[in-house]
Amino acid sequence: MSADPSTANEIPQPTHFAFDAESEAAIEKIVKRYPPGKQASAVIPVLYVVQRQMQRQTGIAWVPRVAMDVVAARLNMAPIRVYEVATFYFMFNLKPIGKFHLQVCGTTPCWLRGSDEVFRACKDAAGVHGYGETSADGLFTLSEVECLGACVNAPVLAVDDDYYEDLDYESTVRLIEALKRGERPKPGSVIGRQASAPVGGPLVLTDVPGE
Amino acid sequence: MAKVTVDGIEVEVPNGVSVLQACEAAGKEIPRFCYHERLSVAGNCRMCLVEVEKAPKPIASCAYPVADGMKVFTDSEMVRKARRGVMEFLLINHPLDCPICDQGGECDLQDQAMAYGMDHSRYREAKRAVKDKYMGPLIKTIMTRCIQCTRCVRFAAEVAGVPELGATNRGENMEITTYVEKALTSELSGNLIDICPVGALTSRPYAFVSRPWELRKTDSIDVLDATGTNIRVDTRSGEVLRILPRTNDAVNEEWMADRGRFSFDGLKRRRLDRPWVRKDGRLQPASWAEAFGAIAARLKGLPGDRIGAVVGDLVDAEAIVALKDLMTALGSRNLECRTDGAAIDTSRPDFYRFNTTIAGIEEADALLIIGSNPRQEAPVLNARIRKRATAGNFPIGFVGPRGLDLTYAHDWLGEGGATLRALADGSHRFCEVLRAAKRPMLILGRGALARPDGAAVLAAAWQVAAQNGLLKPDWHGFNLLHLFGGQVGALELGFVPPAGGERLMTGLDALWLLGTDGFDAARIPDGTFVIYQGHHGETAAARADVILPGAAYTEKDATWVNTEGRVQRGRLAVYPPGEAREDWKILRAASEFLGKRLPYDDLEGVRARLAEVNPIFANPGHLERRGCTDTSGPAGGFAALSDAPFVLPITNYWQADVISRASETMAECARTYLAPQARIAAE
Amino acid sequence: MALSDKDRIFTNLYGLHDWRLPAARRRGNWDGTKALIEKGRDWIIEEVKNSGLRGRGGAGFPTGMKWSFMPKQSDGRPHYLVVNADESEPGTCKDRDIIRHDPHTLIEGCLLAGVAMGAHTGYIYIRGEYYNEHLVLQAAIDEAYAAGLIGPNACGSGWDFDLYVHRGAGAYICGEETALIESLEGKKGMPRLKPPFPAAVGLYGCPTTVNNVETIAVVPTILRRGAAWFASFGRPKNSGTKIFCIQGHVNKPCNVEEEMSIPLRELIERHAGGVRGGWDNLLAVIPGGSSTPLIPKEVCDTVLMDFDALREHKTGLGTAGVIVMDKSTDLIKAIARLSHFYKHESCGQCTPCREGMGWVMRMMDRMVEGRAEIEEIDVLEDVTRRIEGHTICALADGGVWPVQGLIRHFRPLMEERIAEYKRRLGSPTPTLPMAAE
Repeated sequence: MSADPSTANEIPQPTHFAFDAESEAAIEKIVKRYPPGKQASAVIPVLYVVQRQMQRQTGIAWVPRVAMDVVAARLNMAPIRVYEVATFYFMFNLKPIGKFHLQVCGTTPCWLRGSDEVFRACKDAAGVHGYGETSADGLFTLSEVECLGACVNAPVLAVDDDYYEDLDYESTVRLIEALKRGERPKPGSVIGRQASAPVGGPLVLTDVPGE
Repeated sequence: MAKVTVDGIEVEVPNGVSVLQACEAAGKEIPRFCYHERLSVAGNCRMCLVEVEKAPKPIASCAYPVADGMKVFTDSEMVRKARRGVMEFLLINHPLDCPICDQGGECDLQDQAMAYGMDHSRYREAKRAVKDKYMGPLIKTIMTRCIQCTRCVRFAAEVAGVPELGATNRGENMEITTYVEKALTSELSGNLIDICPVGALTSRPYAFVSRPWELRKTDSIDVLDATGTNIRVDTRSGEVLRILPRTNDAVNEEWMADRGRFSFDGLKRRRLDRPWVRKDGRLQPASWAEAFGAIAARLKGLPGDRIGAVVGDLVDAEAIVALKDLMTALGSRNLECRTDGAAIDTSRPDFYRFNTTIAGIEEADALLIIGSNPRQEAPVLNARIRKRATAGNFPIGFVGPRGLDLTYAHDWLGEGGATLRALADGSHRFCEVLRAAKRPMLILGRGALARPDGAAVLAAAWQVAAQNGLLKPDWHGFNLLHLFGGQVGALELGFVPPAGGERLMTGLDALWLLGTDGFDAARIPDGTFVIYQGHHGETAAARADVILPGAAYTEKDATWVNTEGRVQRGRLAVYPPGEAREDWKILRAASEFLGKRLPYDDLEGVRARLAEVNPIFANPGHLERRGCTDTSGPAGGFAALSDAPFVLPITNYWQADVISRASETMAECARTYLAPQARIAAE
Repeated sequence: MALSDKDRIFTNLYGLHDWRLPAARRRGNWDGTKALIEKGRDWIIEEVKNSGLRGRGGAGFPTGMKWSFMPKQSDGRPHYLVVNADESEPGTCKDRDIIRHDPHTLIEGCLLAGVAMGAHTGYIYIRGEYYNEHLVLQAAIDEAYAAGLIGPNACGSGWDFDLYVHRGAGAYICGEETALIESLEGKKGMPRLKPPFPAAVGLYGCPTTVNNVETIAVVPTILRRGAAWFASFGRPKNSGTKIFCIQGHVNKPCNVEEEMSIPLRELIERHAGGVRGGWDNLLAVIPGGSSTPLIPKEVCDTVLMDFDALREHKTGLGTAGVIVMDKSTDLIKAIARLSHFYKHESCGQCTPCREGMGWVMRMMDRMVEGRAEIEEIDVLEDVTRRIEGHTICALADGGVWPVQGLIRHFRPLMEERIAEYKRRLGSPTPTLPMAAE
């Protein structure tokens, strides 16, 4: 999210949060990865669990303040340490967002290859005026993100956890229209490229031993 | 040891110290904002950069360890450039509001800007504005001024032990906040104001009150708890405007408790500022002569054993010795200072002192707390316990209410007498912990002695000490934690009845009450002639026949003894209001009216008399560390010990003494911090 | 002379084949791992040293030497291997391909590196945005456990080795090794003061080595084929093969594993279909990810892609993310966008970076418009010098180098922009005399 709240009191907050069974099972696995007494290491993964559970239960992936308190208690951390983490990292939504999170990479490698057009297509097709906004129908929140690390497939748009690559205006509009229809196009290059191989097919790795 | 050359000056410093410390050893001052010697090193402000030979970049001296043979330059072109750069960065987003900033005149940023700032700004962009945050009734925040040094975050987490402050968000959007807009739940929160190097965290009560250069600064001692915190009273035109801690590593380091810091507005409210005499059943204004005359008229001819005297919790040693001498002259031995009824045994000073000493806590390796909540009874002393606990290998057992947040983890052993008995008879598992320790200590709360079986509590606690290796020729691990700054002085001066004497002050014909603010007037039978001398009075004053207006601790040159038995002196910062006078002088004047003229006319005379009564008064500030060679305990055993839970003496930290009860600031704190039920119970 | 497929380490870089264990084994992964382990940690470290492998995460520190900093004997504290898969440097997307298409090269490398540094536990810290990639990696780790390749008695070698995936959550700074460790401990990703270095006091206060994904993933092949084989590619001190990410204004952007020291022009023309509009349409290249200063065409004509050659031109190989910009590019805007990136990603602890990155960004935004005075180019340059070298970590350095590169090579462009603004709109609001700040 572009602008985290300065304090939790700036937006309406739910008063209750408890992990459901699915989350509990996930947390049990997560905490085991770290040595005894080092359960604070699990704070980022467990905040993800919160965000996912909120999405499951309310359709909106975000982390309410009360959930951070629950995380703090579970991991034996002071709540402020969880607030610090949640506000430091970019991927936790500390206020509600739309059903789909459209994340346009606007960093130079994507910009060189037309991220402005992707941005324009998002605005036109999703019905928002700019970054940080949620569409009136609650379907889309549009965010600008920094380099997503898929630069040879620029420009890139992440929809929630999925990357869509090699976009232009038209293909971005098509993608968003599909989302509106309830479809989820296959992630990856929208022009049919084989991952990071050049357009038209690989020039190397054509003779791999064992294959 | 490592040999380090700083600007050509060779110094030898211990291995492992920082370059900054080496520079200080060489007499070179290093500018800093984030570095604070009592907090962990953050190394983030970058102001303390110095040049080290062969290092390509300047290094943060606060965080870099010295190495033998290191050559450091603190005034090279590289260093000056680096510091000027950092200063410019700090200032580009810092508001130009020094004229309306309460930190003005004592601002580290202002001071350093004089040395490293430019005379103009190259910054043409919009400055950052940050929303102010709520941190409670004591701290005012102007967060646009914050330079993100994180001293406050570290203080809250490390020293105060309340990890409630943090730095949220990141980059230039980083903000210091509780995130949930709550009042900090610390009794040490005022120290945030001191450690904040800029005007981001300032004192709410002091807002827009004064400039530092307008203030007269007087050294004194905080008496609102028994720690003996060294303070500085800042006054202007005869009014206390603020109180700050002074550094004393043996006592309070550089910290101070909130009640001591913020109660001073109570010094101006509900004061006794003129003598009163009861006439026709009503207290009426009177002159000093009339008041003394009324006392003389009633006391003359009374046998000494029909007269008694009681001193309260905030009374200075000079007044106590004067009252004692006066009573002796009148033939009375009916003296009492234990208004809370605590069964303190004065037959040996180590029965009632904090023998380990406050600094000694850091040498201890196990602790048992009995019937005390040091966090509320002595917050600064508690910070020392927390400091020791944080260093590790310090098991802490606790007997008292369950579930207290002492700011450090503790092993709850039980809630009262039954647990103490098991500890005293050696059957409790925690005895093993104490015995395994080299320097174990226990802290017995004075409140635990203020119950019918108090003497048995004391005997049992001593037994725990004697049986488990707390008492050694070079180590004294028995400690009584008192609650107020006047309590130990009265004990040191023997303001108690003779051994075996009647303790209760009932059925006397005349009673002289000196600063007995909390004294329950209902305990005084009808017909007793009551003289009340003090600065606030509360209920006891209302019962008085004669009121003599005294001076509060900021209004006299006075001697205090802290819970350790450390004698310290405070100086007069402001004159007492109206006709109020220093207490020993009142007693000296009264003695003439009573025909028993006290043999001292000036402060030196009284102090000589103090030293005569108890030699510790000859040596203020000094405290000898004592071991314990005589492990025989206070009189009586602990057979009478009841199973009753210990009840903590302070339920409302913010209003625990007469001055803070008169303070609006403290009333606001009580409203903020006490849950509604607790507030009703406390009132 | 270009690298032939038989000398490529990442044989499934494009995901043409299955990433799963049986296929990975067919391609040579996990071949004789036990025997490699049995040669011992000293042998592994010596081979890696002799291979000339330098860290592939940007700084290029010799890997074998880094491993040798780990204590030889444990003092009771566990040792940790931490793999930096927080790939976030703009222009870099190589580790992503290793993780999603060749995960077993990485997992096997983790085991061997773990043996070399006495670590029984490894954490792979993967950037949060690589969600689908982390699913593949976790599945591959699960396969490796199931096959006994890692876990207790890994590969039957007697060495116990656990490997976990830990997701980040959107913070470029966590690519800095000590920030990564802080983050892994459950804190904000704020770089630590050094000394102490992670090899002495790292994760949970224990000896730790943090290596980039590609660095670790090339180790098994180096050990199998020998240090001399690896060292035979590239120039001395710049040896080995390397994944390049070629992007921007090229006809066919792609990732490709090539020989170190390959000429930049050859790299672009052979693998990426050449510069859009032809070589002569080239304006500048950012050769090694966003932190490396750009180089103008005349440098690009001849420069070799390795650490030393690029350093001679005051830039660096970095992560080998080659960002190509043709003559249509608004170069000032391209760099200004990077300034936005660094301002956004500054952790905020050090004053020069926290305050300076925003200042640089705002000045750069005005430079894009030309809404500035010519002298402010000097102010901008000076501000970058006051940031550089004055902070705990190197983010700040990397954040200002692009601006310095722009001024170094394209100052006339910036001056022209300012002049043009004045021609159109007159002087920008004059700098008012202000009180001292």
